Amino acid sequence: MPSRLERTLIVMPAFNEEASVGDVVREVFTKLPGVSVLVVDDGSADATTRVAREAGALVATLPFNLGVGGAMRTGFRYALENDYDNVVQIDSDGQHDPANVPSLLAELDNADLVLGARFAGEGDYAVRGPRQWAMTVLATTLSRTAKTRLTDTTSGYRASGPRSVALFADEYPAEYLGDTIEALVIAARKGLVIRQIPVAMRVRAGGVPSHHPFKAAAYLGRASMALIFALTRPRATLGTGAN
Amino acid sequence: MTIVTYVFGIVSALVALIVVIEMLRRHRLRERHAIWWLIAGVLALIVGIFPSTLQWAASLIGIEVPINLVFFVSIAVLFLVCLQHSSELTKLEAKTRTLAERVAIQELRLRELESARRADENHTT
Repeated sequence: MPSRLERTLIVMPAFNEEASVGDVVREVFTKLPGVSVLVVDDGSADATTRVAREAGALVATLPFNLGVGGAMRTGFRYALENDYDNVVQIDSDGQHDPANVPSLLAELDNADLVLGARFAGEGDYAVRGPRQWAMTVLATTLSRTAKTRLTDTTSGYRASGPRSVALFADEYPAEYLGDTIEALVIAARKGLVIRQIPVAMRVRAGGVPSHHPFKAAAYLGRASMALIFALTRPRATLGTGAN
Repeated sequence: MTIVTYVFGIVSALVALIVVIEMLRRHRLRERHAIWWLIAGVLALIVGIFPSTLQWAASLIGIEVPINLVFFVSIAVLFLVCLQHSSELTKLEAKTRTLAERVAIQELRLRELESARRADENHTT
């Protein structure tokens, strides 16, 4: 029986991340021996594919930019076709510490989908204003839908067990914010068990989270819309791969 | 209404219909996209030939100035066609997305198979 790590595929969506993706891949291999890494190059214009390949990762190159949702569904489909049990999504900009992967995987014993939550006690990640309200509203509503306490629903650091992989290979939303919010709703409505565990976030290699009031307000609006539509979608369109 | 405007109305409707039908014939337009244009063309032709039908239809739903019915129906048709196009676009985008994802996976698989074969050849020679 191969170890849990050997049955796990790390999926890293990467869009123009040539500066960081190589180091992140090497760090994953160092901290998680035996694991497979698939970098999904989301239509990058730079050398992301080459850098990731040289670091030893499998690389799937999308012909054009699809967004995180498209990149992740590619990863889930690859995992399903190549008989991986679990998929762990890690950002290619280095803000997720691969050292947390074993605890995410361990929690998969009790759940189908495990979120690495940024506000659950570890690390020093803080947001304010409309963005914070949006996150609170999302957390409250989604906690009710998922029947478990979730505090950080937009975290991209998450582990999926076999049932989630099978579902997401077919249906993973491509809409902005759909990949985090709507994916949770789809999983919850399909009866999958969702849990969260605390993880520490590191400073991003490049860029900072936006605190501009207009952008934050737009974020609140789009997040609410994504949430409302995800919750009110007819059950018949779930898991059919229709979208 | 002068005879010129009467003929002008009919000719316009006919031209619109002929263009749609000709495009259908040449496979430049699929039926499900053409249906609204056909309906609009036929309605315009009927109203063009028998203007009294417009007055009758307007009075039937209580529109005082019949031309307003023309505007209303025209805008309604344009709105429906636009909506249909947006929906078709969404479907096409979803299909393109699926294709792009499959292409990426197949390219990766091809690369893996080729490097495995190369390794095999080196092994045997």
